[in-house]
Amino acid sequence: MKKTGAQILCESLVKEGVEVIFGILGGSVLPIYDTLPQYPQLRHILVRHEQAAAHAADGYARITHRAGVCLATSGPGATNLVTGIANAYMDSVPLVAITGQVASPFIGKDAFQEIDITGITLPVVKHSYLVTDPADLAGVVKEAFFIAQTGRPGPVLIDIPRDVQVNEAEFVCPDKVNLPGYKLKPRVNAAQIIRAAELINAAERPVVIGGRGIIISQAYQEFREFVEKSQIPVVTTLLGIGSFPENHVLSFGMLGMHGMAYANMAVQNADLIIAIGMRFDDRATGDTSTFAPKARILHIDIDPAEIGKNLCVDIPIVGDIKNVLTTLNKRIDIKEHVAWISQINQWKHEYPLVDDREDAGLLPQYVIRRIYELTEGKAIMVTGVGQNQMWAAQHFQYVEPNSFVSSGGLGTMGFELPAAMGVKIAVPDSVVWSIAGDGGFQMTIQEMATISQEDIAIKIAIINNTALGMVRQWQELFYRRRYVDTLLWNPDFVKVSEAYGIPALKVTRKAEVVPAIHSALDHSGPFLIDFNVEREENVYPMIAPGAGLSSILTLPKVSKDSSF
Amino acid sequence: MLAVKHTLVALVEDKPGVLNRISSLFRRRNFNIDSIAVGSSEQPGFSRMTVVVRGDSAEVEQVRKQLDKLVNVVRVSDITYVAIVTRELALIKVKATAATRSEIAQIIDIFRANIIDVAANSLTIEVTGNEEKVDSLIKLLRGFGIREVVRTGRVALTRGNA
Ligand SMILES: Cc1ncc(C[n+]2csc(CCOP(=O)(O)OP(=O)(O)O)c2C)c(N)n1
Repeated sequence: MKKTGAQILCESLVKEGVEVIFGILGGSVLPIYDTLPQYPQLRHILVRHEQAAAHAADGYARITHRAGVCLATSGPGATNLVTGIANAYMDSVPLVAITGQVASPFIGKDAFQEIDITGITLPVVKHSYLVTDPADLAGVVKEAFFIAQTGRPGPVLIDIPRDVQVNEAEFVCPDKVNLPGYKLKPRVNAAQIIRAAELINAAERPVVIGGRGIIISQAYQEFREFVEKSQIPVVTTLLGIGSFPENHVLSFGMLGMHGMAYANMAVQNADLIIAIGMRFDDRATGDTSTFAPKARILHIDIDPAEIGKNLCVDIPIVGDIKNVLTTLNKRIDIKEHVAWISQINQWKHEYPLVDDREDAGLLPQYVIRRIYELTEGKAIMVTGVGQNQMWAAQHFQYVEPNSFVSSGGLGTMGFELPAAMGVKIAVPDSVVWSIAGDGGFQMTIQEMATISQEDIAIKIAIINNTALGMVRQWQELFYRRRYVDTLLWNPDFVKVSEAYGIPALKVTRKAEVVPAIHSALDHSGPFLIDFNVEREENVYPMIAPGAGLSSILTLPKVSKDSSF
Repeated sequence: MLAVKHTLVALVEDKPGVLNRISSLFRRRNFNIDSIAVGSSEQPGFSRMTVVVRGDSAEVEQVRKQLDKLVNVVRVSDITYVAIVTRELALIKVKATAATRSEIAQIIDIFRANIIDVAANSLTIEVTGNEEKVDSLIKLLRGFGIREVVRTGRVALTRGNA
């Protein structure tokens, strides 16, 4: 039977199991929107800015491990998606972004709202399509989901001219994708597994660095088995949080720029680093020339291009982590590393994380810790970028996979609110907290309206230090406390929230923290708390940018000028 | 490590935008393309591309792996250190007068190049060979006054069954 392009699109989305689409209308997508009511299986969430559509789809995708879908009109709608697409690209999140395009005859004519969105997004997509014939649409959608969700996941863009949405074609759903250039799950090299097992079995001070790849591969069981059998201490990257339960005796927190001192010390003193599903980002490694100086490095990743990209490794294993660990687990010995682990515990004892100080006012760390306690660690924390993100990473103990959702690679302020919407829609029974900085909150604040309209019952905590806190911290430490435009005037967030129809509380003292969190949790709908915390509180420990993991700053120091 | 010229050959799907995807990737990974040549291959629907870039082996291997990840790239190899045949074609329009014409013809003969167009005051020459040969012919002809040059860039294949 013949169907319009828009119908073929919707049919194909339904076939892919899509349940929700985040988007905003516009001239070039009207045929799609006009068709949507024929497919009640496809829930549409009307956001207030396309960037939020992409972030919401991103949050949804991280939780469900299925591609999130966002939809925007041509021109400004499409360009507004770009930050969200880039964010998904940097964090390997499966996303299918659908954009309307001006009708085919107008392409190349600088028509109203014509933008070359496939061109603009080229460096930040895994793949993209400009569909020229409605007969191609079913195949394109199938390929797009396949590419987005398999191998190392990523965003795929589908740009559909208006006439292609309107014109008719026979709807034939292809049962196979034809992608001769798409290399899927490489076969694991058996010789490398044997060599890796030998190194692991011989190591005396091994450390595992767990990355987001473990979560993407859903290899938690295999990972845990690996760690417990070999008794190797685990540290994680920022996005690796949740890959291993942080309440486990072998868990030693996060490494890197704001990692735990003991995690970094473990890495710097290790004789073997087993890096799993991570990409040696500079925020995790610090200066690579002094990274893990005593260690051989074993790197397991699905993407061959990650091997040797940022540093030289001794043994690479390319493959899906679940497969690799399943094979590797059979080869490794049951071991103990009693002395080594007690050494790391000793460091942990000497350099503990503290979430409060007697002399201080309301500290952000204190707030995060109370949210942790009152949710019994079962909340999903969706963070902004900056200090709030680091405190949320440090002071909440993450046990479940996907309990920490954050913009790691791109570091996109404003990610938290729309991403939390996507997360909550994916898992409506979970308690979802959006942890925002007062700066970042105002970058996607318009989504308060979406949250109200759709009654998305997330809890919002603004860690309000009346500053672009993380940048202020850098100015304090590296620019002699010359605060250039990092101190903020803010609106009354409680009033703003109430204006959006979301009840809210302001908290200025420690004693108010617990009751406020209780109020938020007891309320059935969305709720906001504006935590007025100390303005000049810093995130510690810290490795100065460009420095090695051994140069840990644990106390506020005023340091020399620097040029980054 | 040494930055040398590397020859990459890629079999790619013949789809719109493929060339753009590839050249954009080189730019994004901070590589300068010396030359790029594309044309149909022995398989319908697929093109073969020869790209010459400068870099040390590790850098080029990194960009090769990134290229290999592009969905439209079927296969890409760095054939710098294997036995290959390479050729480039150039067209050179050179000033020629009654006095210089025969001298030019002699040079062209030595290079086994051809004259493909004759005008009152110029000759257009076609030469095929590796880049060094093309370079030296151009150098020799410069004395006569070169009007225009167009070069295809290197195309390459591995020798025998390699
Ligand atoms: C979209 C965007 N713009 C700018 C930055 C640079 N940046 C990183 S952290 C930061 C400050 C964030 O301030 P706020 O949201 O209040 O969070 P805080 O650090 O105070 O917790 C800025 C401006 C960024 N990461 N993202």
